[in-house]
Amino acid sequence: MTTPHPERLAPHHRILRYAFHERAWHWVAGFSYIYLLLTGLAFWTPWLFWIAILLGGGQVSRMLHPWFGLIFAVAVAVMYFMWHAQMGITQVDKDWFNAVGHYARNEDDKMPPAGRYNAGQKSLFWGFVICGALMLLSGLVLWFPEYIPWSFRWLRYTAVLVHASSALLTIGLFLIHVYMGVFAERGAFGSVIRGDVSLQFAKRYHPGWYEEITGQPANPNPTNPK
Amino acid sequence: MSQATLRVQKISGHAGSVPGEDTQREYQVCKLIDTTTCIGCKACEVACMEWNDLPFGQTVFDNTYQTMPETRWNYWNLILFNEHEKEDGSLMWLMRKNQCMHCADPGCLAACPAEGAIVQYTNGIVDFQQANCIGCGYCITGCPFDIPKMNPKTNRVFKCTLCTDRVSEGLEPACIKSCPTGCLHFGTKDDMLDLAQKRAKQLQEHSGYANAGVYDPPGVGGTGVIYVLHDATNPEAYGGLPANPSVPWSVRLWKGPLKWLGNAAMIGGLLGLFVHYLRVGPKAREDEDIQPLQGKQP
Repeated sequence: MTTPHPERLAPHHRILRYAFHERAWHWVAGFSYIYLLLTGLAFWTPWLFWIAILLGGGQVSRMLHPWFGLIFAVAVAVMYFMWHAQMGITQVDKDWFNAVGHYARNEDDKMPPAGRYNAGQKSLFWGFVICGALMLLSGLVLWFPEYIPWSFRWLRYTAVLVHASSALLTIGLFLIHVYMGVFAERGAFGSVIRGDVSLQFAKRYHPGWYEEITGQPANPNPTNPK
Repeated sequence: MSQATLRVQKISGHAGSVPGEDTQREYQVCKLIDTTTCIGCKACEVACMEWNDLPFGQTVFDNTYQTMPETRWNYWNLILFNEHEKEDGSLMWLMRKNQCMHCADPGCLAACPAEGAIVQYTNGIVDFQQANCIGCGYCITGCPFDIPKMNPKTNRVFKCTLCTDRVSEGLEPACIKSCPTGCLHFGTKDDMLDLAQKRAKQLQEHSGYANAGVYDPPGVGGTGVIYVLHDATNPEAYGGLPANPSVPWSVRLWKGPLKWLGNAAMIGGLLGLFVHYLRVGPKAREDEDIQPLQGKQP
């Protein structure tokens, strides 16, 4: 059997999952998001204002937060152009969502065959793209509130709500993302550091993608055909 | 301006109890501005700049006697000149000294995330502490009167202090001292309200201003600066004095329900993920073969 994408195959039964530029942009977004999260939480509640002190003081945090926001926005925009073509929601994704209980209980053999991205990852992607755009727009208003004329004050009133709400949504996505990538799905964190995953990993979580890369069926002997 | 003799009853961005809360028997101070006897001389504007050592800035001429369109970070006290047409067609000048209203329920303080950048003393004065200000401008969004102004060089916000430094020494604010017609008064809130109501009654009964009244808006819990207006039913005519000012509902929602909902969701999310890890644990090892997962084959 021929291999459609031999360039993706690595020694020791591994597949390249993320190329260097994908990993690099992911971490530009990751590190800028962590800074934004920490300083944002400091401004969010007095109980966490000490984070701003720790990171150089309230004034410094206020000054840098919007600049890191711009970096984050650029990284999200790049990731959008890199990945959006693979992020369309398909019937398999809908089935995947209906079966998400099995996924949470680690019954991965009962999951519909995901492609390069499963429905959860696609949701994360679209959540960050949409909330990122909302945070960018509202953030620009919050960056220069003193230049918003009094008759346009509704912009400021809207921006504080939009910025906080979309940030909270991304925090939810971020927590699940980090939990899945670092703790739950073993091998996933390595894929965004070194770039590759094992063949078994690809077969288990992304059988559609495995077949696309190797040209071989991920599940040659199914006991639970879908 | 920090005043050791004044105790603090509200602090912005503050976790936990407030040191000065309920510790002092203190009168609420209040400034009374009788717009009906203001002649627009601007002595209060000059006195404010003099006492507070504010740097001079350029004035802006816009075909009125008004010094500039609105207050600035270094111009806290501005008389707004409004030409008003009466019912009989004759013209009348409405002059209103504009400055911080020192709300009992200050929207600036509610919106401020920086600890101690905005305080309210037990006498009711709302004061900005520029040393603690981080320059986010949330107070600008929280204020229903468009008062806090950003210094673009230092990124700190400024406004009228009600001459906290003078009041704490038992003196009246500089603007009060300078007023030549006696349209400005300073004292306890009770006394000023009493005086204002008497003046409004006088205007109704003797000067033909049937709608004369006192402006002490309840939407912000009452203010530390109150007005006597010829026509209390139309405060907007006095340079856009809002009829029913309140802290913007979006700021209330943001600093109230949204905050508690968000905090509960974040803490709940963290706990939920931790419990999931304890109960269900991680998925298969990376190199574990998929076959065993699909049930043991004979």
